[in-house]
Amino acid sequence: MNTANDATTDAISEDPCTEQSRWTLFYRKNGRALNAFLALVLVWVFFAVNNPALFLNPLFYNAFLFSVPATIFLTTSLVFVIVSGELDLAFPSVVGAAGGVFMYSVVLGVPVIPAFFLTMGFGALIGLGIGLIVVYGRISSLVATLGLNFFILGIVNLLAQGRTISAPEAMNSFGYKLFVGKWHLFDTTLRVPNHFIWSLVWVAFCYVLFKYHRFGNRVQLVGDNTDSAREMGINIERIRVSVFVVSGVAAAITGALLVQMANMVWFPTSGKAYLLIALAALFVGGTPTWGGVGTIFGAFFGAMTVTLIPSGAVGAGFAGYWTDFIFGLVIILTMIAHRFSGARVR
Amino acid sequence: MSAASEPVVELRSIVKRFGSVEALSGVTMTVRRGEVLGLLGDNGAGKSTLIKTLAGVHDPDDGEIIVKGKVRKPWTPAAARDAGIETVFQDRALAPQHSIVTNIFMGREITNSFGLLRVQMQIDEANRLMREIGFTSKVFNPESTVGTLSGGERQGVAIARALYNQADVIVLDEPTTALSLTETQKVFRFVEAVKSSGRTVVFIGHNIYHVWDIADRFFVIDRGTEAFEGAKSSFTGADHLIEMMHQLAETGSADTSSLLEPG
Repeated sequence: MNTANDATTDAISEDPCTEQSRWTLFYRKNGRALNAFLALVLVWVFFAVNNPALFLNPLFYNAFLFSVPATIFLTTSLVFVIVSGELDLAFPSVVGAAGGVFMYSVVLGVPVIPAFFLTMGFGALIGLGIGLIVVYGRISSLVATLGLNFFILGIVNLLAQGRTISAPEAMNSFGYKLFVGKWHLFDTTLRVPNHFIWSLVWVAFCYVLFKYHRFGNRVQLVGDNTDSAREMGINIERIRVSVFVVSGVAAAITGALLVQMANMVWFPTSGKAYLLIALAALFVGGTPTWGGVGTIFGAFFGAMTVTLIPSGAVGAGFAGYWTDFIFGLVIILTMIAHRFSGARVR
Repeated sequence: MSAASEPVVELRSIVKRFGSVEALSGVTMTVRRGEVLGLLGDNGAGKSTLIKTLAGVHDPDDGEIIVKGKVRKPWTPAAARDAGIETVFQDRALAPQHSIVTNIFMGREITNSFGLLRVQMQIDEANRLMREIGFTSKVFNPESTVGTLSGGERQGVAIARALYNQADVIVLDEPTTALSLTETQKVFRFVEAVKSSGRTVVFIGHNIYHVWDIADRFFVIDRGTEAFEGAKSSFTGADHLIEMMHQLAETGSADTSSLLEPG
């Protein structure tokens, strides 16, 4: 009896210590993702206290869930690019071009689901092209993708001649409902769009690829110390090209989804608005600019934060011209928070 | 070190030119199994070219590289590694923002057939390798970030990685340069552990006292060619070796008649 008691006391007295160090360790390993989550919660609370009625109303989140997936797809894929030490500014043009490929396929009679996969293949191919130009052309990816963004958008504009294309009849198809259909969560007024679910699937896929797959592991090592990775037999060029393929596929998915979200209407510049949004989300999400490390979940939270700010600010009663100010403030404050928990080690 | 120990790496009349500059002009060097060979030479003597040649970074313009009795051609970093020679370069070795285990398995991850990392298996293997060279501590474990480790500990990571890669010859490029005394002692312990496991170490250093303490035999290079070599027992002490190197620097040759009969 006595010994049993002693054992219990011991276990209890030891527990807080191990529990604390476990949390400390968890924070040290995931500090940047947790900061991004904290930023999201704080932004939400800040808006919510200003207008609780709106922020407790599910209808507010219908719009949020509808618009956030595009940013999620783009931001999480950019983690691979930035972590490998590259930068991709060409994805907005790929979004537009891929939307066009999707739209033309549907107009030409390809069913929505095969058209979607065709578009993903197009995204992979154009990403491969961009990667090859950057890596084998030995051009800084910042400059190369900046130029390619204009170039690709230019080609799309020339081909489209300023037209927008629509195919409303495809909205009756099974594929359309599968990708962007909406359903009520239980008996609430909250309507969850399917593309939000697909974006969660994409986040899970990226998380496993980034953290537990050889590919993600090597992307991180190439970004951390390229010379060392090369000496250890990692094919640097292949990794660097591949991150642009990931980015291209995500941009293509986004392009095909944006067309469907707009009730099967395509206009060539549909990706343009996402350039700074996705990059801001990435850095708010805690992926540092210097490469080598990054966080998929952080990017996910960052995408939610930057999507929440414009509509949230207006909803909270701020006049529209406050939006940029709040946006900038959130970016700067989260950057400072990330510095505290994720300073660079050399 | 018994003189009868078999050669594991033999460089024969290695010539390496960069344009009109001849960095190595016919170096012949033998590395014997199980020894710690100290490689010495002034800046610009050809030391780093010789190391890079050992590592496969440079393919010699002339001469032969023989590893375990076989002539190796072509000579590339991959060929050197396949032959069991692992080189740890001073600054370029590690990814500082990643864990010890990630660094040990860099480029040779243990994965399943889908390419997913076998995390626990890697940690167990890392623990085993780290214990093998006495690279253990209460303050770090295989999941600790390399950037938080001291200079000597980082050498431990690089050496553990070399062991995982089944190297039997480990070339350490200036592993103790810029390290404190205690950190240097740590590196020496790792080297001793590697040696006692029957493997071979080539130790390159600026600080002759460091090299003296750890090496069994010395090979001194000067102006792209071998100046002299000798077992530790053929010198009366570190000062003898230093005196010969001074002589070499001043007159261009060292008086090898002062070397004792090894025994």
